[in-house]
Amino acid sequence: MVKKISGRIYLTIIFLFLYLPILVLIVLSFNNSKSRVIWGGFTGKWYVSMFQNETIMEAFITTLQITLTASVLATIIGTLAAIGIQAMRRRGKAILLGATNIPLLNADIVTGISMMLLFVRFTKLGFSTVLIAHLTFDIPYVILNVLPKLNQTSKSAYEAALDLGATPLYAFYKIVWPDILPGVLSGFLMAVTMSLDDFSITYFTKGAGVNTLSTMLYTELRKGIKPELYALSTLLFGIALVLLLVMNIGSSRKNEINN
Amino acid sequence: MHRFKRQFLSGPYIIWVIGFVLLPILMILYYGITDSSGSVTLENITAIANPVHLKSLFLSLKMALLCTVICLILSYPVAMILNSLHLKHQSFVVFIFVLPMWMNCMLRVLAWQLLLSNNGIFNTILDTIGLPKLQLLYTPSTVVFGMVYDFLPFMILPIYNAMDRIRTDIIDAARDLGASQLQIFMKIIFPLTISGVLSGIIMVFVPALTSFVISNLLGGGKVLLIGNVIEQEFMQNMDWNMGSGLSIVLMIFVIASMAFMNSHNKDGEGTAVW
Amino acid sequence: MKNRLFFFSLLLFILSVFMGCGNSTKNGETLTILNYGKYFDPEALKLFEEETGIQVDYEEYESPEEMYTKYKAGSIDYDLLCTSDYMIQKLIGEGEVLEINYDSIPNYQNISQSIIDASAAFDPTHCYTLPYFYGTVGILYNTDEVNAKETDTWNVLWDKKYGGKIIMENSVRDCFLVPLKQLGYSLNSTDKTKLNEALQMLTEQKPLVYAYFVDETGDEMAAGNAALSVVYSGEAAYAQSLADNLAYSVPKEGSNLWIDSWFIPKTCKNQKNAEKFLDFLCREDIAAMNFDYVYYATPNTAVYDNLEDSVKNDTTIFPDQATIDNCEVYIALDEESTNLYNQLWKELKSN
Repeated sequence: MVKKISGRIYLTIIFLFLYLPILVLIVLSFNNSKSRVIWGGFTGKWYVSMFQNETIMEAFITTLQITLTASVLATIIGTLAAIGIQAMRRRGKAILLGATNIPLLNADIVTGISMMLLFVRFTKLGFSTVLIAHLTFDIPYVILNVLPKLNQTSKSAYEAALDLGATPLYAFYKIVWPDILPGVLSGFLMAVTMSLDDFSITYFTKGAGVNTLSTMLYTELRKGIKPELYALSTLLFGIALVLLLVMNIGSSRKNEINN
Repeated sequence: MHRFKRQFLSGPYIIWVIGFVLLPILMILYYGITDSSGSVTLENITAIANPVHLKSLFLSLKMALLCTVICLILSYPVAMILNSLHLKHQSFVVFIFVLPMWMNCMLRVLAWQLLLSNNGIFNTILDTIGLPKLQLLYTPSTVVFGMVYDFLPFMILPIYNAMDRIRTDIIDAARDLGASQLQIFMKIIFPLTISGVLSGIIMVFVPALTSFVISNLLGGGKVLLIGNVIEQEFMQNMDWNMGSGLSIVLMIFVIASMAFMNSHNKDGEGTAVW
Repeated sequence: MKNRLFFFSLLLFILSVFMGCGNSTKNGETLTILNYGKYFDPEALKLFEEETGIQVDYEEYESPEEMYTKYKAGSIDYDLLCTSDYMIQKLIGEGEVLEINYDSIPNYQNISQSIIDASAAFDPTHCYTLPYFYGTVGILYNTDEVNAKETDTWNVLWDKKYGGKIIMENSVRDCFLVPLKQLGYSLNSTDKTKLNEALQMLTEQKPLVYAYFVDETGDEMAAGNAALSVVYSGEAAYAQSLADNLAYSVPKEGSNLWIDSWFIPKTCKNQKNAEKFLDFLCREDIAAMNFDYVYYATPNTAVYDNLEDSVKNDTTIFPDQATIDNCEVYIALDEESTNLYNQLWKELKSN
């Protein structure tokens, strides 16, 4: 019993550690004073000025564009690649999987710099270079999420379908696809998470005037207190909370049905 | 016939890997072993022996190690406690630890600045209860603290996943055969979670070793990690050759630590966050 | 459910791509500008876009060294740049700067002749630059904690009783100028032993330093997080506008007088538009907006003449002649000295 309680206390402490800073930002976003420590009454004005702030809104839109474009494309390329890799012979598989691990395991700063060196040689930095860079580190997450699911699918069911006259595409859609879908989705989410949170790689590959939230914040944070940023934090947290909750409720319902 | 076709599906990816993974690495190698006039030299790589660079490399190693150890010590009990709760929905746990990551890392740093600055929230609390104020922000310890905060989920999740996969009947069987709690832990739980621990260590150690943002924002310009040196060579001193040379050294350290980890990971199975 | 989410995000994705298209097609003309952080009123930028239909890609940097790298990397073609004296001198020397056609900038007449004359230090023929702001480097201090007399000398930055409450400049030359001046040397010293002495002093000081900052200093001082800081005069004026208990002083050992100017780099694609922008920023209303925003000494006489006397006489913003005479302008360093400074900077930071 003591053990159980101390366990709960410990969990609560860790939980606080993770969420306390976020809580502070949320509280301050409604603070009517610019001060970080004095409560000046409740206000929603920072939200208004956040939506009017072009720097913030532009970075927000750019982030959405980059994250979603990169994750969707990465999911497509990555899923196809995983299907291809699974069918490969041993050696080819090992080489390609090795290469897939490079962006995952390499230091962000090295990945960012190496891509910058390449881009600078052949093109100008801009929106598309950031997009390419994001795709590059997103695809491996998709592959590594889809591949285990692919390995779990029964080969004989797929072959049986072919024997019974299904086209490979139809057989794939009916037999393989439902099995790998969870992997595809978690790969997609992983890609979104990584793209949203990336700073280093974007920092090195971005062009003038192109800013994701991370790089915008990196510059803005040095320029003093902006309560709009607290409002932005709260908004982002709200979006993340809703999206992840919807996903979790969705997937747990499905699990219950399956059970 | 269709076997050949299926391999073909990874075609776009293979092109991508060659163009945007291998080629950039070659670029960094090229810059690393040439000087500004283009002739071959090893100077940029041996530049790591410059006492300043060595110092920052050792500082990075020290901080990364410290951060990893702290994360491990904090995470293992968390994973065990979570596991003992026998939650119906494993995804809920993932949710709790991934949620902060969807908030921008910069905003999380901002929050700590607010909490820790000289006249910040913690110091105001200390002051009101009559304790002396402390310098909590812009010290080397703040940087380690920030790293722990940022990377903790990467340690908790793989360990929790590994633990979750242990079948309860194995533990029940051990208990039936008279094993003590300690024996169960040492002989069953710990060995079976080693793969999770190892991938957690990699996922924390590598970003901590190579980080430059956290030290910039929470170190107050006083903490020079090897990542900061590389960033400075690229962004301020315009010495791309030296920056690349040092990046190669850093890459070697990353590969070495990875190889070390993998040689101890008999399962050979990484654990994904999701 | 997961399926629905997938389609939802696909929808968002398509939407955001469309939003992107709508964004980037104003009339195709763009101007890529690189400037210090906090150095141009965003409202004024918006005005320029509205008035001319030219889209501005605006990018910021923190130190002149960072700007040099960004420009030299060649990965972005800048049309217009603003930076400090010695860095401009360096770039002019490298043949990277285009001559400005002052005839196409009617509002150029607003710029004070004395500042144009002072620019001769880095642009002797005066055909490359357009002065933007000028000022000094000095000590900003909290009057509740520090006695005004003490800040008469740079020495106060080594006073142990302010341990953990000192903010230094996070930029090589602005940081080294403090010990160099304290030792009685020129802030353009390239002599190895002199610089090593300076490094020695900075290393001794490091345990007392709260942080090395550039743009953060004003807010940190206003929040009371530090007692003393080395800042540019405008940052000091900005901080004073946030808190009453702050004062600025230029120590008697002398300091740096700097002039930040605009110039058109070789990479400029449309010099006419660049000059249009220069004319725009010299216009009285815009220069006034920017003055209010950045709070440094403006060389724009039209703005200066209309200021209230209290502002005109504020020596934090407009240094008096005696202070100016006691200050030195930075001179560009050759490559060897640049490398030496960089090495010493890294040594300080890694200690």
